[in-house]
Amino acid sequence: MPDLSLTAIAAQLFTGLVLGGILVLLAIGLSLIFGLMGVVNFAHGSLYMLGAYFGFFLWGFTRSYWAALLLAPLIVGVIGVLVERSMIRRLYGRGPDDPLLLTFGLSLALVEAAKLVWGKIGLTLDPPAQLAGAVDLGFMKFPAFRLFVIAVTTLVLVGLWLFLEKTNVGLIVRAGTRDPLMVRALGINLDRVWLLVFGVGTAMAGLAGILAGPLRGVYAEMGVEIIIECFVVVVVGGMGSLPGAVVAGLLIGEVVSLTSYFAPKLAEIIVFVVMALVLLLRPSGLLGEPGLAE
Amino acid sequence: MRAAYRWIAEHPAVSIVVFFAILPFIVPYKALATQVLVYGLFALGFNLLYGYTGLLSFGHAAYFGLGAYGAGITLAKLGWHSVWMALLIGVAAAGLGGLLVGFFSLRRRGIYFAMLTLAFAQLFYFIAFHMADLTGGDDGLRGIPQLSLGLFGWQLPLGNPLNFHYFALFWVGLAVAALRRILDSPFGTVIAAVRENSDRAQACGYDVVRIKLVAFVFSALLTGLAGALDALRITVVPVEALYWSTSGQAVIMTLLGGAGTFFGPFVGAGTYLVLQDRLGLVMESWPLVIGVLFMAFVLFLPKGIWGTLLARLGPRRAGAPVA
Amino acid sequence: MASITRRKFLAATGATAGAIAAQGLFPAVLRAQGSKPLKIGFPLPLTGPFAAIAADQKRGAELAVDELNARGGVMGRKVEVLFRDDELKPATGAQRTKELIEGQGVEFIVGGLAAHVQMAINEQTKKAGKLFISISQSDEISAKPDTSPITFHEALNPTITGRVVGGWAMKNLGRKYWIVYADYAWGKQNNAVFSDVITKGGGTVLGSTPYPLGKPEFSAHLPKIQAAKPEVLVGAVPGADGVAFLKQVASFGMKKEMKLVMPLHFLFLTKEGGADVFSDVYAGTSFYWELAGTNANAKKFVDASMKKFGVPPDGYAGYGYSGILEVARGVELAKSTNSEAVAKALRANPTYDHYKGKQFWRGCDNKSFQDMWILKGRAPAQVKGDWGYFDIVTKVAADERNERTCAEKGHV
Repeated sequence: MPDLSLTAIAAQLFTGLVLGGILVLLAIGLSLIFGLMGVVNFAHGSLYMLGAYFGFFLWGFTRSYWAALLLAPLIVGVIGVLVERSMIRRLYGRGPDDPLLLTFGLSLALVEAAKLVWGKIGLTLDPPAQLAGAVDLGFMKFPAFRLFVIAVTTLVLVGLWLFLEKTNVGLIVRAGTRDPLMVRALGINLDRVWLLVFGVGTAMAGLAGILAGPLRGVYAEMGVEIIIECFVVVVVGGMGSLPGAVVAGLLIGEVVSLTSYFAPKLAEIIVFVVMALVLLLRPSGLLGEPGLAE
Repeated sequence: MRAAYRWIAEHPAVSIVVFFAILPFIVPYKALATQVLVYGLFALGFNLLYGYTGLLSFGHAAYFGLGAYGAGITLAKLGWHSVWMALLIGVAAAGLGGLLVGFFSLRRRGIYFAMLTLAFAQLFYFIAFHMADLTGGDDGLRGIPQLSLGLFGWQLPLGNPLNFHYFALFWVGLAVAALRRILDSPFGTVIAAVRENSDRAQACGYDVVRIKLVAFVFSALLTGLAGALDALRITVVPVEALYWSTSGQAVIMTLLGGAGTFFGPFVGAGTYLVLQDRLGLVMESWPLVIGVLFMAFVLFLPKGIWGTLLARLGPRRAGAPVA
Repeated sequence: MASITRRKFLAATGATAGAIAAQGLFPAVLRAQGSKPLKIGFPLPLTGPFAAIAADQKRGAELAVDELNARGGVMGRKVEVLFRDDELKPATGAQRTKELIEGQGVEFIVGGLAAHVQMAINEQTKKAGKLFISISQSDEISAKPDTSPITFHEALNPTITGRVVGGWAMKNLGRKYWIVYADYAWGKQNNAVFSDVITKGGGTVLGSTPYPLGKPEFSAHLPKIQAAKPEVLVGAVPGADGVAFLKQVASFGMKKEMKLVMPLHFLFLTKEGGADVFSDVYAGTSFYWELAGTNANAKKFVDASMKKFGVPPDGYAGYGYSGILEVARGVELAKSTNSEAVAKALRANPTYDHYKGKQFWRGCDNKSFQDMWILKGRAPAQVKGDWGYFDIVTKVAADERNERTCAEKGHV
């Protein structure tokens, strides 16, 4: 039985926040895109991966992690918008499975493309020197970069909340998630909003990628592994529900971390057990709206 | 052209048997034809649930894997060196799995249903991974002997690629004929009704959940047969047979060929597997080609290869058999 | 004058003319016997997370082919190696092996990187009666029930690596240990072997920490490990997880407090992770290119690789190289391409030395015994050129005591 001391558990809870933060960034993007457009974006994981790769590339180019942190998500967001414009747009009205399948094919292609461009060997993305060490929190030492990830995630979430709650565009997004037909009937052009949402959602995936890079390394398959966890988070939170994505992301992050510590064998399966339990007890996820995903 | 198509549509089992009887001599090596045959059956099972009943399952690898492990464990661990027993136990295990998973998953719909099926499949994977004494764990189940088929006192060695191919073809032919019967029966009409508008079928008095469950079990049985045959084919059961990537293969193959069509799964399986086999010889980045091809299909040929062909050549009258 | 009748003369001329004509019309047929290429199948994970190591295997195999064909091939036949992508998946590996055997008519198989894939390959080769030289790490492949008279294992395995590296560490680094390991077959085997070596040697295992493969988060464990004050921390943490592990250990300042040991070093992984991650980390290896300085065969091997690829060979290239050369040697000894005959010939003439020193096949389980080296990661300032990441600390000669006995592996 591993150490039950407060220090160890606190450390693992903090680690859970880091993982949870990454999942939240990914899940919000996915949930937004689904909630507003009905598109299940399977390529989300690959965009996360591209965020990490572009981060590496920009860091090499500018020698500044901060510049990379700012620019990589932007680039990924632009790619997301281009994908939406050129491909997914054509599939509206066809049924829910087609965008899922298209993005699935896209994710396969992107993994190979990344390897062609950057080679088969994984890459190292180091955190900036200011964040390289460990911070003494008094009762434990915790790597500085991980605290940074938690901080960035919080900032982004606050920013997103402000955007959704306090701006007109945010209002449209929220309304469009609930009832796109009505919003259209009110004469609002949803197309531009969808574009924005897709861009923001994919940019967040890219941000998650460049944040995860120093933690896990940068390699082409990194998106494939996290996309399933991401789907679980979105489903547990409730498809289309942003608060749900946040709650579920943190919950899953903590559950995985604690399980990894106390019962490593169960770490891979625990997310599915949690998901199955949640779904069987609350049909549309924790905070989801019934009827949204059928 | 249309007359030929109509004949094929009305005699699917015979058509498939004839086609696959010839296939080993067309493809570069015989084992490829058998791989297409077995995975085509896998996709066929998946398609019963997805294309015909309208239920997208993300965890169909569960029944493929249960079929494979059922057959494999019978031969390798229980020591019953009988091909018939192996197939029987494999199919039965898959059917039971389908009953269990369906019972719980069908309480939900849409993406939630899909994710529940995935969760169960991952649970089976986890169990197989950790019960290493029974399943071989992450090294896979080995020790499956290459058997001979005992037929009326006459021994047919299944190690020979062609022998195994025709042996598998026998079973696939039976499965296709069975599926045809199901689809032609009143039950077939009901599942079509459920696919088109589940609420309306419910309103008409059908016990929709029970119907979906029956379709689920049938689907699991067919998929399980494919798994059991594959265990006999490669004489090993990798634990990845239960993993979500295997489920994904069934989805890709079905959609490539054309969901909701009879031959679509086989066409899709053939396209995917032959491409994987041959492209890999020419380029190391072949998954890029598959990904791009897949995207092109979704964009421009959404009905899949066979589905699109069908739409061009198909019958124009209502009630005609759809292949 | 002897009487050559006209009939006989015409007959003779006709026959000669016919023979000459036949030569001209069907030269391939007449020369066919003995010039059909000797095909060897080589499944390996060209795509997937270990593609870089597979590329290493491939380079080694290609060097072997070049060498064999430069000296006229094997029994006059040109050697051809057919590489196939097994995608690191057993089902794909099995299918590729079927394609190689049935479709391409290969007579031998060398290859495999992942343990579970090579098992699937082995099931195909056993049933088809083709000799298989596995170059993947696994304890089971050379033990009953998986092994067979035509299954050979060229690479190291967790038992050997654990005993060699663990044994050396006990003598040179310390007696109090902590082991962190990935919770799957390879990790568990390493944990078991290291623990065994340590306790049998009179040392102590202060603790053993499993973690789920693919989830390298150690922050919660590290404080406890630090508090226990082991002299040596063993990390049976593979691939990219290993890089994450070492980074986290360093960020907690543990590198200054204890010695770090891993079962094996891989040149390409170290290049990926960087010298500062791997500096001062001890591990074993089956081959390192700087051996060229002390071993003539190694120099030849390394030079050939640098010349053809611009990249030095590492352990897996060595396995690929040696595996192909052993097939060739077996064929030449047996004067046949029959797998059983070749297997018998190799067992009858078990010693060989292709690129690093003497190796030999053990008769009961077709296991290759070979020299290993202990390496230590150099600090970034000490790295020599593009590839000089390690100091060679010592050599550990091949020794049967480093492996389970024949009886333990199920061989009578």
